[in-house]
Amino acid sequence: MSETKRETLPLKNSNDVVLARQKVRQWATELRFTLVDQTKLVTAASELARNALDHGKGGSMTIEQVGAGGRVGLKLHFEDHGPGIPDVELALKDGFTTGSGMGLGLGGSKRLVNEFSIESAPGKGTRITVIRWK
Amino acid sequence: MERIPVLRMGTLLLITIQVDMHDKLALQLQDDVTSRIAEWGSTGVLIDISSLEIVDSFIGRMLANIAAMSRVLGAETIVVGMQPAVAITLVELGMSLPGVRTALSVEAGMELLYGAGAGFRTGSEHERDEA
Amino acid sequence: MSDLADIISRNEQQIRSEWIGDLHQTVQRSDLMSKAEMEEQCSALLSAVTEAVRSSGSEDVMTAGWRQTREYLEEISASRARQGFTATEVATFVLSLKRPLFSAIRRDMGKTQDKMFDTIWTATELLDRLALLTTDAYLAAREELISRQQQELLELSTPVVKLWEGILALPIIGTLDSARTQVVMENLLQTVVATNSKYAIIDITGVPTVDTLVAQHLLKTITAARLMGAECIISGVRPQIAQTIVHLGINLEDVTTRARLSDAFALALQMSGRTVVRQNASAAGSKVVLAGPLAKQEG
Repeated sequence: MSETKRETLPLKNSNDVVLARQKVRQWATELRFTLVDQTKLVTAASELARNALDHGKGGSMTIEQVGAGGRVGLKLHFEDHGPGIPDVELALKDGFTTGSGMGLGLGGSKRLVNEFSIESAPGKGTRITVIRWK
Repeated sequence: MERIPVLRMGTLLLITIQVDMHDKLALQLQDDVTSRIAEWGSTGVLIDISSLEIVDSFIGRMLANIAAMSRVLGAETIVVGMQPAVAITLVELGMSLPGVRTALSVEAGMELLYGAGAGFRTGSEHERDEA
Repeated sequence: MSDLADIISRNEQQIRSEWIGDLHQTVQRSDLMSKAEMEEQCSALLSAVTEAVRSSGSEDVMTAGWRQTREYLEEISASRARQGFTATEVATFVLSLKRPLFSAIRRDMGKTQDKMFDTIWTATELLDRLALLTTDAYLAAREELISRQQQELLELSTPVVKLWEGILALPIIGTLDSARTQVVMENLLQTVVATNSKYAIIDITGVPTVDTLVAQHLLKTITAARLMGAECIISGVRPQIAQTIVHLGINLEDVTTRARLSDAFALALQMSGRTVVRQNASAAGSKVVLAGPLAKQEG
């Protein structure tokens, strides 16, 4: 892993989603997260990256190591310039979906991480930041 | 193009997923499974996910789709070998994989599909079978 | 602030021996640290502080010039924390440098009162900051030790037992909070895979109360096991627990429960297609099979 503690990847096609997963896995392994914590974070990254691609018409993911006072964590930031989410609260509820499928939306991903923040509005794209502490 | 191999064992289809799948690969697999069932008249589909370290909602949907489509074509699907970390994450994610039956191993899966004695019997040191 | 640096340099020997002398009187703890070791730490710290004050002043101890001193302080604080010193003892180590240092300042500047006051004030601020650093490092070390012990305790208190081929038992003793549930779940599921066991009996005889949270935790474990292809049976449900569950409206429709571990074991044997046979020479031909509504009676 390079010296810098932050890395940005594009999310332009489904292959990028796979690469994003692998990158998050790599970072989490280096920081020695437990296997279950790693799995949760990588799965959340997969969900959010896919969202940025499918609903957000593509965007980017930035990984950053964070730490304050002895705590170590990984921060993932997803950004897209798509149509935005009209009702964020609704999107966070389980069972909500705009497409076909099991409709977990963002609510599921939120449970896999320790901190979750989202900013979105119609026409303004979506920005989601999540943190998983070790 | 790369695709996930679908092996035939009599009336059983055996699929081992070992790669990190992207969309096209997953869709290709769904196509292949349904084609093979129709072509060979398979009655059972066994999907081994013991190498999968991540199952997100996309993969989950794929598994559920394969199970549903196979059932319509007259075949039963069992997913085997789910890793503990994956199961724990799926529960947290809230995904229940509806309509997907699971088993701990390929042997257990085969027993589910074809009844006791279908798989390799692992003998227990404490018991013996009755004649 | 080279005044302070000069004073320390010129009087280093005396400051050090007075400091060590004071420490011997107050925070010796010869049970935890040898004289020689302590004296060595005093020397090292004093020269580091002198150097730092000279190169970077005493205003801000977070600058690069103070890094070596900070790291050294953190190191000895953490090691004392692990050895069993109290937080006061650790801070006093630094604070007791004040008296010898102030004496040196007075000897040097006694004639110029304003200058002496300013220098003493600077010195006291500096030592206070350094002492607080040691307290932070001390606390961090203690917390790390405690959390490591907690983790070990969690792991030890949830053993998974193999009852029979393909049947596991997990007796839970004590409260079931979310941290514990994680450990319990991981442990159980890993053992399920390792032993290829389709049935897991979770015995909650030792769990004092079952409220909605505990029920949620149990349900998560059962759901995860089911996803993998294993079945859980909850046993050890006491009558009061049964009442609580109903009163709280907890839905256990999908969960198989039994009052006693033996009942759960019998059920698991049955579900896995087994019959228990008693071989008795004097009663040839008679068998004992599992008692229960679904068992067959043979004679």
